[in-house]
Amino acid sequence: MKYSIFSLARAALSGHKGWTRAWRDPAPKSRYDVVIIGGGGHGLATAYFLAHEYGIRNVAVLEKGWIGSGNAGRNTTIIRSNYGLPGNTGFYELSMKLWERMEQDLNYNTMVSQRGIINLYHSDAQRDAFARRGNTMRINGIDAELLNAVQIRKELPFLNYDNARFPIMGGLLQRRAGTARHDAVIWGYARAASEGGVDIIQNCEVTGFVRDANGKVTGVETTRGRIGAGKVGMAVAGSSSRVAAMAGLRLPIESHVLQAFVSEAIKPLIPGVITFGAGHFYVSQSDKGGLVFGGDLDGYNSYAQRGNMPVMEDVCEGGMAIMPMIGRVRMLRQWGGIMDMSMDGSPIIDKSPIDGLYLNAGWCYGGFKATPASGLVFAHLLARDEAHPEAALFRLDRFRRGAMIDEKGQGAQPNLH
Amino acid sequence: MRIACPFCGERENGEFTYLGDASPERPNFAVDGRESPDRVEDAFYDYVYLRDNVAGVMREYWYHGGGCRSWLVAERNTVTHEFISVTAAPGAGAASAVRAGE
Repeated sequence: MKYSIFSLARAALSGHKGWTRAWRDPAPKSRYDVVIIGGGGHGLATAYFLAHEYGIRNVAVLEKGWIGSGNAGRNTTIIRSNYGLPGNTGFYELSMKLWERMEQDLNYNTMVSQRGIINLYHSDAQRDAFARRGNTMRINGIDAELLNAVQIRKELPFLNYDNARFPIMGGLLQRRAGTARHDAVIWGYARAASEGGVDIIQNCEVTGFVRDANGKVTGVETTRGRIGAGKVGMAVAGSSSRVAAMAGLRLPIESHVLQAFVSEAIKPLIPGVITFGAGHFYVSQSDKGGLVFGGDLDGYNSYAQRGNMPVMEDVCEGGMAIMPMIGRVRMLRQWGGIMDMSMDGSPIIDKSPIDGLYLNAGWCYGGFKATPASGLVFAHLLARDEAHPEAALFRLDRFRRGAMIDEKGQGAQPNLH
Repeated sequence: MRIACPFCGERENGEFTYLGDASPERPNFAVDGRESPDRVEDAFYDYVYLRDNVAGVMREYWYHGGGCRSWLVAERNTVTHEFISVTAAPGAGAASAVRAGE
């Protein structure tokens, strides 16, 4: 069903009884051209682009729970392309451009809202770093504005400008950044992929790989039986090491837990996304009015999908430092997601050393904003067997070659990225 | 999550800093140029970048910066956050002091 103002009016007049399933629920076939493990944003976007951009329609997406039950439902919904390093700059801008036309492409309201992101700076050194990053962005045709404290005060009058330790001196603004509705992104891609012929198979956990005599991956063993595949793509961020281990592969990845928080709903307060540059804190306001915020990883390896108190305290301190008034707001709920923390903080989209197995991993905690571009470039890799130009640097062997993409300059220490 | 430091007793984990997996060992090659560069490179690539990243019990280094400032080795389940054991890291200051009977 094509959604439009007319389909909405028609359904309204018939008491909303005529809506049909948004995507099919087929039984798994015995073989597909491409099997994608992982029904999150990246897996579904990949399937969508395989069907609609590259004409490969005999595709299955296998999800061990329900689609979008992992990190897709555990993020803070921010989209942006304010990156400074070669490899990242172009890739995230490609993603931003796909966000901007997503609703038209998918015929689905993903509530993309370009209300801007401001990264605050609190020292001369940080201003210089942000100026450099903003210049890099503008050289690459991406919007960026460096604001001083007076200009920030006009946009965000409620911040604490008199903090003696972390005075707000200004910020880097990207107006085209913003937020999108995370669940709608999943549903939109699922619906469009399903319409393109993709089989979305839920409650189907991959338990092993099928290999031929040469070691080539020719399918997967699942809880719903063996499924043959011409190619297998992994998009299981958080569990990449576990799934890769079934194929005997070790990755430059650790799994860590990142917490996020939502407050009770309040009147519209925060116009866009604000990040606190001196600590690690970022906040936006949802359409329902809740403040959505987060900060650092808990810092230790975890598969538990829940965090611990010290980081909760640290995040709230970060919030209080720039917006003391949010101390009056009650926290409604908190959750933890499991992240693939790669050794340099950047993703890996590449063929694996095993024939027939392809990797989309290592998103650290920045995977949501990458969803559309990740799907496009991974579909490109699966369809053409060569890297998409905008993802040419996200290679698995970059660590061995010393060609890291270390946006934060932390070195090979995953819990610091 | 609370960590039972062998020197200070049970403390909340905010007092501790995490280093990571305790299993990788720094490769040790003689500096006589006889080892093939490829083998040395492989060994260091493995040591610096590759991780088992187990879902289950792993041995890991923690530093008790908010307490006795000792390096500790903990066995912890990464799925449940349950600690199985916490001992002094071999060779760390406090551990050697305990061995010396101080």
